[in-house]
Amino acid sequence: MTLFLRESWIVFNRQLRMNLRNPAWVIIGMLQPVLYLLLFGPLLRPVIEQLGGNQYTWFVPGMLVQLGIFGAFFAGFSLIGEWREGVIEAERVTPAHRSALLFGRLYRDLLQLLVQAVILVGLGLSLGMDASVGGIVVGVVLTLFLGGACAAASNALALTTKSEDVMAPIINVVMMPVLLLSGILLPMSFGAGWLERLSDFMPIRHVVDAVRGAFFGDFDSSMLWGVGWTFTLFGLAVWWGTAVFRKENS
Amino acid sequence: MIEARGLVQTFHTGRGKQKREVHAVSGVDLEVAEGEVVGFLGPNGAGKTTTLRILTTLLQPTAGTARVAGYDVATQSVDVRRSIGYCSQTGSTFSSAYAGDEVVDHGMLYGMSKAAAVAKGRELFDQLQLEGLWRRMPKNMSGGQKRRLDIAMALIHSPSLVFLDEPTTGLDPQARINLWQHIADLRTREGATVFLTTHYLDEADALADRIVIIDRGRIVASDTADNLKAAVSGDLVDLEVATDEQVTIARDKLGSISSDLTIEGHHVRGRVPRAGRAVPGLLRDLENAGVQLESVEVVRPTLDDVFLTLTGRSLRDAEAAAGTTDSAAPTEEVLS
Repeated sequence: MTLFLRESWIVFNRQLRMNLRNPAWVIIGMLQPVLYLLLFGPLLRPVIEQLGGNQYTWFVPGMLVQLGIFGAFFAGFSLIGEWREGVIEAERVTPAHRSALLFGRLYRDLLQLLVQAVILVGLGLSLGMDASVGGIVVGVVLTLFLGGACAAASNALALTTKSEDVMAPIINVVMMPVLLLSGILLPMSFGAGWLERLSDFMPIRHVVDAVRGAFFGDFDSSMLWGVGWTFTLFGLAVWWGTAVFRKENS
Repeated sequence: MIEARGLVQTFHTGRGKQKREVHAVSGVDLEVAEGEVVGFLGPNGAGKTTTLRILTTLLQPTAGTARVAGYDVATQSVDVRRSIGYCSQTGSTFSSAYAGDEVVDHGMLYGMSKAAAVAKGRELFDQLQLEGLWRRMPKNMSGGQKRRLDIAMALIHSPSLVFLDEPTTGLDPQARINLWQHIADLRTREGATVFLTTHYLDEADALADRIVIIDRGRIVASDTADNLKAAVSGDLVDLEVATDEQVTIARDKLGSISSDLTIEGHHVRGRVPRAGRAVPGLLRDLENAGVQLESVEVVRPTLDDVFLTLTGRSLRDAEAAAGTTDSAAPTEEVLS
């Protein structure tokens, strides 16, 4: 275990150094939710007034989840670049645990997500968001686990497809229904009954509800569903990612 | 150092009715002794890289067994990886990372402390003529510098066995010759056993103690370059004499040690195994018989002659058939 932590730490440090050398992507990844917050958030005010509370208390959790999903799902693209240059093969021929090669990269994705989440929450608070510290912490932790799941799945997809041209449309196909059916932008309860029932089958919708519930201080059964789905998705994605890194010929 | 028995690697390509089985490696047996430099020669698609990937634990063989540095590649893969260095065809460093950082991180993945990895990395940079490039990114290096950096990555943990997969592919002739010197130094300076794949005849000839030739997934020969050449065709001895009468004498004398005689004007030519040993005696006999030689030429066979004899194809033809379009491939002059 100590060896695994040391190896994943070495990989994490290397990845972090490369990211810090080119912070543009971190800023670009951050820009989208910030723009949503500043330009789309005000439009929600009359809608959210019907539900009561500040529109940012409602909207920031959605943006957090969006950040966790979209930002992390693009992590695999940099892995394809590394694979093409022979870095992955060079790492796989060292005695390091192959799962450490994945986890080192996950730590980097999670740190990046944490920084972005803190900025987003800070911006939300400055715009009048009303949430308890405990609720924010729970919401951010759930977002990190969801982001970890997406990053692990993205890395697995990257090493499976080994092509940006194949990976990009797959991510688009997956992301579009997630964005529309998870209630990130508007509450699903605003839509038709069939749409809300359909969204019940979308795991991310339950995660969004849980993060939003944490911000509002509602720790009810929807929280349990959200936490359950978050850890299930995390477990499945990490299992997939580890299996792909261990697989021969990756 | 390497002991492989009956290695087989089968891949499946296509789907449905198009699905077919491809035998990349079909029963490879290999033995490499400690301290040897072995050239693994064959055209593209012959099975060189697949064999190498099995020996470096990147691929599980479909059948057969292999022990590398005393460990089984299938059941003791971590021990194998700890003992070997590997320099792949594609490189091993990220183009936008600092060269020194890449080497140090790689060493640390082998369990080295940061201080030890830095010290060894600096030493290797000096030895491989990479001084001053510690803080340079590979994308800003020449092809030769990048390949030397890949070799530094492979040597950072002082392995006892180094695998080099087509290390000079894509380099210009000058950079290739320079890299050869560094590869030759691996044994003398690092004491490492070297297993080198190449499809360049001159590279195998210049660097390897022993050459293993693979074609269509099978080992077709394994010996020193000299023995392979001698066994296959022998050296061509070309005698030019002064008169028609002397042609007859030269024919008789050369014919007594040659199997394949041709006469063209005043030139008498024949294949002689190990001409270096036979020609001095031949020249003495001719002198005693009063033959005045205008010129004597001994032409050694190339490994391409060996490949042609063993497989019925020229190595260059095999390359062309595999669709190789390597603009950096050496010219005929460089090879001869």
